[in-house]
Amino acid sequence: MGQHKLLPRQYLILGLVSLCAPLGDSCLARGMTTMPTISIAHPGALIAAVFTPWVAAGIALLIGFFASYLTALSWADLTFVLPATALGNVIVALISRFWLQETISLERWAGIVLITLGVGFVAQGPALTERPAPVDEKPKLEEPIVTEAQPR
Amino acid sequence: MTTPGTPLTLTTNPWMAAAMIAAIVLTSTTGEVLTAAAMKSIGDLDVIRARSGLKGAVRAVLTCPLFFAGVFFLAVAFFSLLFALNHLNLSLVAPAAASLTLVTNAVAGKIFLKENVDRRRWVSAGLVCIGVYLLAH
Repeated sequence: MGQHKLLPRQYLILGLVSLCAPLGDSCLARGMTTMPTISIAHPGALIAAVFTPWVAAGIALLIGFFASYLTALSWADLTFVLPATALGNVIVALISRFWLQETISLERWAGIVLITLGVGFVAQGPALTERPAPVDEKPKLEEPIVTEAQPR
Repeated sequence: MTTPGTPLTLTTNPWMAAAMIAAIVLTSTTGEVLTAAAMKSIGDLDVIRARSGLKGAVRAVLTCPLFFAGVFFLAVAFFSLLFALNHLNLSLVAPAAASLTLVTNAVAGKIFLKENVDRRRWVSAGLVCIGVYLLAH
């Protein structure tokens, strides 16, 4: 397996994936928890929820996430992109600790350490599975030119 | 116990909570695998953009049927998430769905996308999975 090392621009794309997803989810949660309970019998209320400010902001962030995510998937494996972008959970936890002054328990610090270890672990490996070239594209060796046998 | 006339609340039913989380995990895994397969079939978007511009890159994505199949399942996953967030706490839904999806994606990536999920990636998925769980508690 070859070493597919990433360019700085590609790390930036992974950073965008990491940030936009948890921030978008947080906006969705903020919007949905303040709404009245939606029952299975009225699924149309979910469509109406899309147009509320917090849910709309969450969707805008998730569109940013999706564009960066698609770009990342075009040059890296799914099993590389998903763990590598889990750092966003850590970033949100650190923002809540140092900006919002929330308390982080020992369990959460352990979670932060484990995610960081996991991300560092996968990031050191190759980003893309190398596949053998299709048989058709292999350079053809010198083949004898076959001509139809002339009838005698 | 529910009294007659009282609507059954999904929040208090653990099976319904599990079903809501399972719906998110299954639909998002299917969507992500289909989307990843679509992007691999299209090729490196940075290269396409350098060759044919942003319009060319967008056209390459929008003319791939596999991409729309993936988006369909991701949309179902999104509305399942909205529904679950309306009934359950974010601290339950987000870590449970995120950590389970990591594991199901690793399995699906190996089986369907033929990705080389070596020991490094399994360990990494495991560490992140436990980390996400701890972070939400």
